[in-house]
Amino acid sequence: MSALGVVSPQTMHFATPLPLQSGAQLRDYTLMYETYGTLNAQKSNAVLVCHALNASHHVAGLSNADDPKSLGWWDNMVGPGKPLDTNRYFVIGVNNVGSCFGSTGPMHINPDTGKPYGASFPVVTVEDWVDAQARLADQLGITQFAAVMGGSLGGMQALAWSIRYPDRLRHCVVIASTAKLSAQNIAFNDVARQAILTDPGFHGGNFYAHGVVPRHGLRVARMVGHITYLSDDDMAEKFGRGLRNGKYQFDFGIDFEIESYLRYQGDKFSEYFDANTYLLITKALDYFDPAREHDGDLTKALAGTKAQFLLASFTTDWRFAPECSQAIVKALLNNKRRVAYAEIDAPHGHDAFLLEDERYMNVVRSYYDRVWQELNESNAAAGKEAA
Amino acid sequence: MDYPHLQTLRADLAFIAHWVNPRSHVLDLGCGDGVMLDFLQTGKQCSGYGIEIDDALIPKCIQRGVSVIQQDVEAGLAMLPDNAFDTVLCLSALQMMKNVESTLRAIARVGNEAIVSFPNFAYWPHRVALIRGRMPVSKSLPYQWYDTPNLRCATIVDFKELAQEVGLEVLECVALDEGRPVTFLPNWRGSLAVFRLKKRTASR
Repeated sequence: MSALGVVSPQTMHFATPLPLQSGAQLRDYTLMYETYGTLNAQKSNAVLVCHALNASHHVAGLSNADDPKSLGWWDNMVGPGKPLDTNRYFVIGVNNVGSCFGSTGPMHINPDTGKPYGASFPVVTVEDWVDAQARLADQLGITQFAAVMGGSLGGMQALAWSIRYPDRLRHCVVIASTAKLSAQNIAFNDVARQAILTDPGFHGGNFYAHGVVPRHGLRVARMVGHITYLSDDDMAEKFGRGLRNGKYQFDFGIDFEIESYLRYQGDKFSEYFDANTYLLITKALDYFDPAREHDGDLTKALAGTKAQFLLASFTTDWRFAPECSQAIVKALLNNKRRVAYAEIDAPHGHDAFLLEDERYMNVVRSYYDRVWQELNESNAAAGKEAA
Repeated sequence: MDYPHLQTLRADLAFIAHWVNPRSHVLDLGCGDGVMLDFLQTGKQCSGYGIEIDDALIPKCIQRGVSVIQQDVEAGLAMLPDNAFDTVLCLSALQMMKNVESTLRAIARVGNEAIVSFPNFAYWPHRVALIRGRMPVSKSLPYQWYDTPNLRCATIVDFKELAQEVGLEVLECVALDEGRPVTFLPNWRGSLAVFRLKKRTASR
């Protein structure tokens, strides 16, 4: 049970086209979002939480009172008394465009054709998402976030915020993330994409019209992805060479526990996730590289940032290893930005950023305590000035 | 964090803080709970970073508003550009390092000045313990020989030699006892050696 209880999403429609990095534009779009806590009178306590690949605007609380499984994806982090305390902060979760949880995506009708976008949904980037989020902030009257925060792909969005809108956030919290994918990361993403693209049920992305879903492709995509979220040690401990039925079956069904687990994860995922969204989001991951337009120099890319930073990584995360976070920290140190960096020795691989770990939670909690202290000091100073 | 508060918490740090110029950019190696940087930031308008490896101390630094980087000292130094700091602090940490010489060279690389402190092995109770045939155990060296984190034992005289060798000029050297400077027979009576060092610039 979540301390936030049941929360309901809201939608906001944007009629002004969103220009995209690709040169295309999204003619009009809707964003699905949730908020927790109360925006203060100065509108200075807002925190934007950006989601990763398969998550959504539903960050915390229950979406369905009768379903304990409808808990938000970062409910252990966000809520009353949690590290990101909703008694203090006004927290916003937004579903990104191109996703499949309510914001405009490939399954929605393209106003130009009257048919679902399908494969014709424009390729969106991390920067495009950030631009869309900024417009939502405008509409909510938030000129400057107390913090923008995210893990993994969400961390990329937070980092992009600090570069793109340096005056619009005071703190930038980047967890288990990276400033660019490695060739290995891209390779895994492409295996996942190929699985979807070559599924006969994909129908060139227009499977909606055929009343089918490229389930096999999605399943394999999720299985590959899931392997990269776990550490070797974690898998060895959870599954080892454990056998489902105690003995070898001498066929190609399920022998090992790990096979059973991955297939189950794949099946579950293929029932709720959209294949076009998977393609789009992995592309956004691959394309993210803010140093690219500075000859690969991340120090230059971060030279215009004004926020203070918190970065955290996990020692067994081989998808976005500590070295990836260290590269960001190094670039921030070169720019003399204020930055705190925690490297947490946790066994759970990339997934650790979503899991309960006292050291990790304490780091984030102390950071938000500090942000809160600063916020109160500046409110007090503003109060004095006004008086 | 104000000066009297620092003095009650850590008299040695309060003494050393006098050697840090206001508004300087400071690196604190093995910054612990961040108390020194907290004071330097609020009391002397300094900026800078702390390097600390201990999980339990990272949130304490963060809560104080100290920019802490969780790395061991060597890895932390490797992340930093040349000549980045006015002053590098390495306080009661050097004796725990495996590669003292390369660490000192790295300190000279990233900083202009350095302040280094370590327990003085030549402190008289330590000498007495050795004369009696036992390894010294004291307030400044509170461990048994088999469980000490201190890998290196040095005296004030020893350190001067190494400092010269790695390109650091000794500006000042003070021996402290209970946080107070000892002027008479410092290498006997001081339990903590404190050096103020400056990078020697190559003469042309």
